[in-house]
Amino acid sequence: MKGASLAHIVLVIAALAAVPLLTASNVVLNFLVVALLIALVGQGWNVLAGYGGQYSFGHAAFFGTGAYVTAILQMRYGVNAWIAFTLGIAGGALVGAAIGALAFRSGLRGSYFALVTLAFAEVLRILASVAPVTGAGVGILIALDLRPQAFQFQGRVPFYWIVLTLVAVSLLIVRLIEQSRFGAWLVAVRENEDAARAVGVNTARVKLAAMTISAAITAAGGGFYAQYFLFIDSGIAYGPWISIAALLAPIIGGIGTAFGPLLGALVVKMLGEIAKLVTGDAPGLDLVVYGGVLILVVAFTPQGIAGLLTSLRLRFARLRSSPPERAHG
Amino acid sequence: MLSLTILVPAILNGLLTGAVYGLVALGLTLIYGVLHIINFAHGALLTAAMFAAFFAHRLLGLDPYLAAVVLTPMFFVLGYCLQRFVIGPAAHGEDRNVLLVTLGLAVVIENMLLYAFGADTRTINLDYAFRIVDLGIAFLALPRVVGFGVVLAVTLLLWLVLSLTDTGKAIRAVAKEKLGAQLSGIDVAHIYAVTFALGTACLAVAACLLVPTYYVNPHIGNAFVLVAFTIVVLGGMGSVTGALVAGLFVGVVESLCGFYLGESLGQIGIFVMFILVLLFRPSGLFGERA
Repeated sequence: MKGASLAHIVLVIAALAAVPLLTASNVVLNFLVVALLIALVGQGWNVLAGYGGQYSFGHAAFFGTGAYVTAILQMRYGVNAWIAFTLGIAGGALVGAAIGALAFRSGLRGSYFALVTLAFAEVLRILASVAPVTGAGVGILIALDLRPQAFQFQGRVPFYWIVLTLVAVSLLIVRLIEQSRFGAWLVAVRENEDAARAVGVNTARVKLAAMTISAAITAAGGGFYAQYFLFIDSGIAYGPWISIAALLAPIIGGIGTAFGPLLGALVVKMLGEIAKLVTGDAPGLDLVVYGGVLILVVAFTPQGIAGLLTSLRLRFARLRSSPPERAHG
Repeated sequence: MLSLTILVPAILNGLLTGAVYGLVALGLTLIYGVLHIINFAHGALLTAAMFAAFFAHRLLGLDPYLAAVVLTPMFFVLGYCLQRFVIGPAAHGEDRNVLLVTLGLAVVIENMLLYAFGADTRTINLDYAFRIVDLGIAFLALPRVVGFGVVLAVTLLLWLVLSLTDTGKAIRAVAKEKLGAQLSGIDVAHIYAVTFALGTACLAVAACLLVPTYYVNPHIGNAFVLVAFTIVVLGGMGSVTGALVAGLFVGVVESLCGFYLGESLGQIGIFVMFILVLLFRPSGLFGERA
């Protein structure tokens, strides 16, 4: 498999960066900010599951930790928003490393790993819904303070640049992984863990590193969410919706590819908006569409849109290069 | 505070709750034991069954215990179709895909219920719901005592089906050695679907037992299914007796945790136990090596 080239990344990010120059529509920008946020969270999941083959059903644990650390440090301890955001990423990475260390040391794989991540996310959700520091059932409101130093802005455009930068960084990280020895080990673990260990890959450590990076990327999404919406509660931060969004985007876009999460996130968000347009803003309907699409993608294009494009391109190339006598026969 | 007059009722009530947990887990463990998949749609299917039991009472005036007679075969058929026509074909025989497909099903079912009926919590009023059985040392709610009896009967019935009928033998054969079973002429896809159907049918029974004393909302199944996951792992993945025993045990643990730590933290006890078991004894207390 060929990885993402630097030129592709620059091209895609540049194209996205041009959007605010073309339109000032809040609807468009809000759509893209949320889509990019999902792409970021999904990229986190993709590092662990797409490249490492470890399917987590509880990435909300990292998203929520990023969001809560960012919000709590600001509101309870008066820490600067940017520092709180950075510490939120570190907090998420720490939670990822802790869960990873426990799970991988016990040799949990496949369904067991999915179960234990799900359980950790649920434990955190229940704790956050009762602990006073998280605002318990009420949640945390981040006080309005429209200054760049406070990671708050008048319009949506600065948020758009920031989330785009985060997505760009996540793409570069994934490219770095793809090209490194570590990335090769990670893919080896995905393809056949026992064989990888037999040839000398320290599989537990590779998986742990992947999980820490994965958690950090997803936690960045959580921290950004807190700053953008200025409100979180246990259902938003640690709820199953974000665990599902995190896996849905890369699976639809193309699991184990650098651009899969971005592509998938745009499609996911678009589908959600269409569902809302068709039926009004009914609760639950967008998720029905997501679930249905998840099943359809797994059933018909297991490699996602990226896989679909590759196979179409191959077919096209074969058509063009096929010898002329085939046209007669 | 360790007085017996409080502790004994707490434990007995835990056992009654645990029996229904056990029944939910029974379906899950049966599916795992034969198909070797974790059915993430189990909770959503339980929710669907509870809604069905609720509306059978609300619209048709059907008593939940009578509704079980109708709903159990219906959910058997539903389970059969889901495995045969959705999960099986969509998964292409890959375990990871099964995870995703059942998760997708769970999301679809749960949110369809949310869309159709809203997030409201509903309850049924039955004249016998608050009737009490006096054991001398404890008062127990009648519907829960009935539930306990039904769970034992269903488990026995299931055990008889598995050990005496041809289909039961085929199911056990597939669970043990899929290829061998296939070579001796067993239709594996059919047996998979039958097993999934049996697991789903267990949910219909459990739903009808729960509805008289429990509330119904679109997310109710999740609470049960995480408990059921715990039970399945604790009892040993795929072990039917393990599921029942672990179910009773978890019921008691939850009851005692809720009693000492308060209602909202009662569930934490279960999750912590779940994580500990997964981490340190993933093969369960009764199971073989996972």
